[in-house]
Amino acid sequence: MSPSAPPLDAHPHPAIEVVDLHFAYPHSPTAALEGISLSVAKGSFIAVLGANSSGKSTLCHALTGFIPHFYRGDFAGRVRIGGLDTTTRSLDELVQVASLVFQNPLNQISGAKFTVREEIAFGLENLGVPRAEMTRRITEVMDLVGITDLADRSPFALSGGQQQLLALAAMLVLRPQIFVLDEATSALDSAGSRRIFSLLHQLSRTGMTVVLAERKLEEIAVHCDRVLVLDQGRIILDGPPRQVLASPRLEQCHVGRTRYSRVAERALTFGGWPVDRSLPVGFQEAVAGFLHLGSKR
Amino acid sequence: MMVDIAITGLSFSYQAGPPVLQGVNLQVAPGERLALIGGNGCGKTTLVRHLNGLLRPSHGKVRIGDWATDRCTTARLAQRVGFVFQNPDEQLCRRRVRDEVAFGAINLGYPADQIAQLTSQALAWWELNGKVDTNPHDLSLAWRRRLAIASVMAMDTPVIVLDEPTVNQDLWFHTRLVELFAAWQLAGKVVIVICHDLDFVAEQFGRVVLLSQGQIAADGSPSQVFQEEQAMSQAGLEAPQLFRLSRELGWAEKICTPETFLAALKMYHRK
Repeated sequence: MSPSAPPLDAHPHPAIEVVDLHFAYPHSPTAALEGISLSVAKGSFIAVLGANSSGKSTLCHALTGFIPHFYRGDFAGRVRIGGLDTTTRSLDELVQVASLVFQNPLNQISGAKFTVREEIAFGLENLGVPRAEMTRRITEVMDLVGITDLADRSPFALSGGQQQLLALAAMLVLRPQIFVLDEATSALDSAGSRRIFSLLHQLSRTGMTVVLAERKLEEIAVHCDRVLVLDQGRIILDGPPRQVLASPRLEQCHVGRTRYSRVAERALTFGGWPVDRSLPVGFQEAVAGFLHLGSKR
Repeated sequence: MMVDIAITGLSFSYQAGPPVLQGVNLQVAPGERLALIGGNGCGKTTLVRHLNGLLRPSHGKVRIGDWATDRCTTARLAQRVGFVFQNPDEQLCRRRVRDEVAFGAINLGYPADQIAQLTSQALAWWELNGKVDTNPHDLSLAWRRRLAIASVMAMDTPVIVLDEPTVNQDLWFHTRLVELFAAWQLAGKVVIVICHDLDFVAEQFGRVVLLSQGQIAADGSPSQVFQEEQAMSQAGLEAPQLFRLSRELGWAEKICTPETFLAALKMYHRK
């Protein structure tokens, strides 16, 4: 192979390509998304941050074809997922490429199934997956998500956090190329959140493209490889977590930063954080910075 | 009006299922603000649903002031306990934001001028004035949560229960909620909040109750509860950021807030 040849796993098209996307909901005086352009490589794990009404959910819907097919409005620009143009392809085609976990699990759970296991089977049944493979995939996904012990419970007898895990499992079992989650870990406890972030991280390493609207900054810092910040429908920051999560602009746009960044910034004023170090985003950086200072004295 | 809460020997099972709550004892004083924490499915929501009579104990007693809940209808208990559901879609029932906010106060039979005042206060607090004629279901989930809180706020009950209010919410909301907590405390209201955001709990609550497998595993100040490493770990919970940081740095102090962290840091810095 010549030195200039692309690596074997290089993909000719980005997994997601958004060009100058504008979207406004009917009767709304302002656009929900304005001038969004974005290229996402296959296997990325991206977090989308933003205050309420910044456009996170709208972007999630646009990246899965629910906009413009399900939620109508003024749509301009171009969105391609897995090489398919979302305006010209049907939602039926698009859902075979991208899956969306809804913000509210009750908007997603079908209501037509009596157990967790049956609910997870619902999408596979609709795709005509053979029974043996269906059983194998359901068992696998329940184990990955950590809900095996809930298999025979009614979806409506679960706690809010357990319903979120079920909604996630029901989409993951479809093995989408592009997996979009709209604040889908918001009601999970620490152990549940960590498990899901680790799982998504592993899946992205196997080639699944993961886009996650989120607020859990500490988990994002550890697991994601890119962070987008939306403010009033526009992308205002886009870069690696280390760089984006330390930005003071996160406070101005009501996203906030980790406690580590905040206390280190205040500690700078009395020499409590080393001036030659950037502000910490995660736990390990914070420990290293504060210990470093102690060791120098 | 100020009331206390007494829960004594509370056990509960859904139909023929296994026990979800087992022998829970909890006293809450007037004006107290309490965070109820625990892993997914540990019984937090089941516990608070006993406060307004949505669920009735299999065994044990729940008392709200001088009312035993087993002798009160849910409608009557609503005079004392305002309840914000985890999922606002289980709560919102009117076609306009203004009517939704007034709904609880109207049903409690308040005089018209009081309803108008409480409704207008709650709408202004959550900046819903520009949306009064909007259908609640045309709002985003985050705004529906704010509306659900506004409607319970307008009921002006002596006890307020919020089931996961901070989910999907930004910094502006957190600031508003904290200010509301302070106003409620001044008014002597009992505030019970289920919350998974333990950084928020550490900074805003004087008392934390850890529920694990239907039982109270720890009850005390945030630092006392977060120190219970085994109970926290069994519940699937990780201590808040600054608490973990100070522990890793080997500090003697158990840190829960930025202010205490910075004070301790200054002390070590001087040494």
